[in-house]
Amino acid sequence: MATTADAGKPPVAQRGQRPPDIKAIPVRHYGTWVFAAVVVYLAVAVLVSLAKNPNMEWSVVGEYLFKPLTLRGVVVTIELTIIAMIIGGIGGVLLAVMRLSRNPVLGAIASFYIWFFRGTPVLVQILIWGFLGALYPTIYMGLPFVGLVFGSWETSAVIGAFTAAILGLGLNEAAYDAELVRAGIISVSPGQSEAALSLGMPWGMTMTRVVLPQAMRVIIPPFGNNTISMLKTTSLVSVIGGNELLTRLQTVWGQTFQIIPLLIVACIWYLALTTIFSIGQYYLEKHYGKGHSRSTATKQKKPAGLVASLENEASAIPEEHR
Amino acid sequence: MSEPMVLAENVWKSFGSNVVLKGVDLRVEKGQVVVLLGPSGGGKSTILRCINHLEKIQGGRLSVEGTLVGYHERSGKLYEMRTREVAKQRAAIGMVFQAFNLFPHMTAFQNVTVAPIRVQKKSRQEAHELGQKMLNRVGLADRAAYYPSQLSGGQQQRVAIARALCMQPKLMLFDEPTSALDPELVGEVLDVMKELAESGMTMVVVTHEIGFAREVADLVAVLDGGVVIEFGPPSQVFDNPHDPRTAEFLSAVL
Repeated sequence: MATTADAGKPPVAQRGQRPPDIKAIPVRHYGTWVFAAVVVYLAVAVLVSLAKNPNMEWSVVGEYLFKPLTLRGVVVTIELTIIAMIIGGIGGVLLAVMRLSRNPVLGAIASFYIWFFRGTPVLVQILIWGFLGALYPTIYMGLPFVGLVFGSWETSAVIGAFTAAILGLGLNEAAYDAELVRAGIISVSPGQSEAALSLGMPWGMTMTRVVLPQAMRVIIPPFGNNTISMLKTTSLVSVIGGNELLTRLQTVWGQTFQIIPLLIVACIWYLALTTIFSIGQYYLEKHYGKGHSRSTATKQKKPAGLVASLENEASAIPEEHR
Repeated sequence: MSEPMVLAENVWKSFGSNVVLKGVDLRVEKGQVVVLLGPSGGGKSTILRCINHLEKIQGGRLSVEGTLVGYHERSGKLYEMRTREVAKQRAAIGMVFQAFNLFPHMTAFQNVTVAPIRVQKKSRQEAHELGQKMLNRVGLADRAAYYPSQLSGGQQQRVAIARALCMQPKLMLFDEPTSALDPELVGEVLDVMKELAESGMTMVVVTHEIGFAREVADLVAVLDGGVVIEFGPPSQVFDNPHDPRTAEFLSAVL
């Protein structure tokens, strides 16, 4: 055994060999455990009280959860979310590029748009689109100031509740997405566009091939967050009778007064949808994380070897060479 | 054809109130390797970027193979080129950056083939053969499927050189290609550049590698304070400089 004199110096025979793993007694965090127990106790109490509360009417929840009426509402909610996010995404890219462009007029227009749509509540915007007929009873197509008119329609016929909902949600979303996209574009190093330009790529191709794909990595997480937020924001459309999930359940409880169980149905569906969309987001992040070994999405540590090379290039090689 | 590949006459360039080029004259003949040396802030990188029109010059004339860079000249007036025409000029000039600037979302192979396919509209097969050939030339045929983040700095810079070569440029510009590399990786990049020089490529190289300049350069230009203070063959510039500032700079570097 070692004496105190050579403490800290391992015996010569052990040098260069891996010593056994350290086995130390861990610090006990008693306070944390007591707190956790209290929280679990309270949470269980709340859940039991909810489950046992007769006003929950679980049978009604079960009855309405998969009714065609509910499912149709769910479909409309998904449609509204996806279309609004597409409008928002495309609008956001346009606005971001306008804001970053050298043309001061385009930049000012984009800034004004973002200022207006971010500065007013989305609920108010939805109401305005819903009651557009009161502002413009008829919609004309033609050249303003010239008096040239190609056609005219009644507003209420062209813009129904669904269209109004899409416009309200999508145009509002564009303002928010514009800032996301702009942040994403700025995050790409200027050297990237310089390299693309020096290869003779025109500006548009530099954007679509080099800058935006890299910006996507930064854009996707908050965009997914916005999508999930949008799923729930669609419920605001019930104020103009948008026919999505909440509107339909509202019309039911308007007659049956089963408000709480139907709200539970709504919660269950919104939770289910956000869960599904989150999974989609994970895969999108993984796709745009390509080439960034440190990003959360790409877990591969080894270089993409021959197998990956064949996979990657297979799509790029013309049919006759496969 | 005796048009020089690059001809800069009294080129001026400033960023705001900071005048970086104060009348640069430079002449690079076809097939020559010209190394630009000088203290930092002397304007070496700026003149290089002007040749590729990544920066606009404000005075003087700058032409590549007799054609003005970024402008048309008609009856004594200069007209700015449209961005598409500028892109076309750039496509014929390869550029290699200090920070490599490979596209991180593409594999090495996609990096070298994207411009031939998208810009030159080559068939995929043709671009793929070219890409293979150029990666092979820089000794990285076996790294085709790797993403830049999976390559060492020296390998990344060699891919960047291959990417520029795939456009079959008439002129290659190198902006401090080895300055961001660990010392042990510098050699592999310089070897590729040497091979390129021996093959007859016209090159303008900004570097601090005096050894490379001595061995490979046909001419060395020393820039200081935005002007060329010394221009001549390496033996003359290094062993018998005219300007005392050249000697001062060289003693600081060597």
